Amino acid sequence: MTTTSDAVPVYDPARLQAISARRRRNTAVSAVSTVLVLGALVLLVVTSPGWPAVRESFFNGFYARDVLPNILAGLRLTVILFVTAEPVILVVALFLAVVRGLSAPIFTPLRYLAIAYADVVRGIPTILLILMFGFGIPALNLQGLPDSPLFWAWFALVVSYSAYVSEVLRAGLESVHPSQRAAARALGLNQYQSLRYVVVPQAVRRVTPPLLNDFIALQKDTALIAVIGAGIEMTRAAQIYAFDAFNYTPFVVAACFYILLTVPLSRWADWMAARQRRRSAAAGGVL
Amino acid sequence: MTGPTLQLRGVHKAYGDNAVLRGVSLDIDEHEVVALIGPSGCGKSTLLRCIDLLEPIDAGTIVFDDDDISWPGFDVNSARRNIGIVFQSFNLFPHRSVMDNITLAPRKVLGAGRSDAEAQAMELLNRFGLADKAGDYPDRLSGGQQQRVAIVRALAMQPKIMLFDEITSALDPELVGEVLNVIRGLKEGGMTMVLATHEMAFAREIATRVAFLDGGEVAELGPPEQVLSQPQQERTRRFLRRVTEAGRL
Repeated sequence: MTTTSDAVPVYDPARLQAISARRRRNTAVSAVSTVLVLGALVLLVVTSPGWPAVRESFFNGFYARDVLPNILAGLRLTVILFVTAEPVILVVALFLAVVRGLSAPIFTPLRYLAIAYADVVRGIPTILLILMFGFGIPALNLQGLPDSPLFWAWFALVVSYSAYVSEVLRAGLESVHPSQRAAARALGLNQYQSLRYVVVPQAVRRVTPPLLNDFIALQKDTALIAVIGAGIEMTRAAQIYAFDAFNYTPFVVAACFYILLTVPLSRWADWMAARQRRRSAAAGGVL
Repeated sequence: MTGPTLQLRGVHKAYGDNAVLRGVSLDIDEHEVVALIGPSGCGKSTLLRCIDLLEPIDAGTIVFDDDDISWPGFDVNSARRNIGIVFQSFNLFPHRSVMDNITLAPRKVLGAGRSDAEAQAMELLNRFGLADKAGDYPDRLSGGQQQRVAIVRALAMQPKIMLFDEITSALDPELVGEVLNVIRGLKEGGMTMVLATHEMAFAREIATRVAFLDGGEVAELGPPEQVLSQPQQERTRRFLRRVTEAGRL
C-alpha cells in the first residue's frame, strides 16, 4: 500500500462547486419554508371569523398610541423595582446559601433558619407574599418602618426571589469539587478565606446562566405588584387605561415592553451558557 | 528544635468500618526525604492528608516542631502554614492566573503586600522555568506545567516540610521528568520531604529512607537500597515483584 502525505491540500474545483451548490440549496429551502409557514399562520388568523373583533380589542392603533406615554412612565418604575431588587436578592441569597454549607456547631441555628426560610418561602405563591407584606405591614403602623405599600411589595419580591436564588447558588457551591477547598485550606487559608477567594467565585461563574434566568422571571414578576395597586408600574398603568377604555390593547403594548426588557437578558444568558460549554470542553470538562 | 521535625506515633484513621491507617509510627528528621511506597489503598494518601490535618485522626499523635498538631482544637491554619502539600490532581484554582494562584495564600494568610508576594512568586517561577506562564490561566498549561505551578504555590508559603501525594500519577509519561526535576532541585536545597510515589526508580534515587506501607501500617522501613533491593519482609518482596512485572522498576 502506498501512502502519499501532501502538506498542501489539492482542491478539486468540481468538489468545491458541489459544496457551495449544496449550501445555496440549504439556504433557499430554509428561507422558502419559513416564509410559507409564517404566511400560512398569518393567513389563518386574519381570515378567521373572529379576527376583526380581536384586532379591535387587542391591536387597536389608536389606543396603542394613546396609552404609550402612560406605559413608558410605568416602565420607569418597573426598571427601578428590579434594578434595586436584584443586588439585594443576590446578597441575601448568597448569605443563605453559604450559611447552609457551614458545619461549625456555632452556626447550627443559622443553618436551620436558612433551611426553614427556603422551604417556607418557596412554598408560598409570590402573589400571596405581596398581598401579605404590601397590605399587611403598612396597616400595622410599626414605628421606625416604612409604611409605603410599594416598598413592602418590593420587599416581598426580595423575600421570594432570595429563596429561589439561594437554591441556585447552593447548587453552584456544591458543584465546586471538594479538592478545591482542600487545596485552599492546605495553603493555610481559613474557612472564610477559602469561600471568599476560591469556592464562591467559581460557584457564581458556574450558575450565572440559571441566575440570569431567575432575573428574567423577576423582571416580569414586578407586574404582580399591580394587584395591590401600589405604584404605577407598567402593568398597573396598562390596567388603569384598559379598564377605563374597555380595550385590551394597553396590555399588549405593556407585553411588548416586557419582551423588550427580557429578550436581551435571555440572549445574554444563552451566550454565557454557550461560552461556558466551550470553556469546559476546552478544559476537558473539568471546569 | 530538638527532636525530629515530624513525629508520627500510632496514627489510626478509619472511614466508617474501613480502617485505613492502623497505627503508623514514623520519625522524619530535618532535610530528610522519605518515600512512601505500597499498593493502592495502603493508606499513603490518607497518611499525607492526615499530616496536613485535612483529615482528623482517630488515635495517635502527630508532633510537628514539638507541637502536637493533631490535638483536637489545635489551630490548624497555623500548623498548615509550615506544611506544604501537592496533590495528584494539581488542584490549581481555575479562575485565577498562575500568578494569583501563587500569591493568594502569602497575601491573605501571611499578610504580604502584593508587590512583595509577586516578586517572590516571580523568583520561584524563574527558578522552575515558568516565568513566561505567570499571566496564564491553568487551563492553558500542560499537566506537567500545572503540577510545577502547584509545587511553586506550596513553596511560596515557605513551608518547613513538603508533602507530595503521587504528584506524577496523573501525568503523561513524557511530562513526568520535568516534575521529578523540581523535586531533585528541592532536595539539593535541603527541603524536608515526604512523598507518596509509584516511581520506584525515583524513590531509590531521591529518598534517604523508604517506608513500605501495607494494610495501614509501616511494614518495612530503611534506606532505599535495602527496602527496594533486599527487602526483609515477604509482603514487601511480593509488592516489588508485582511492580517489576508491571515494568515500573
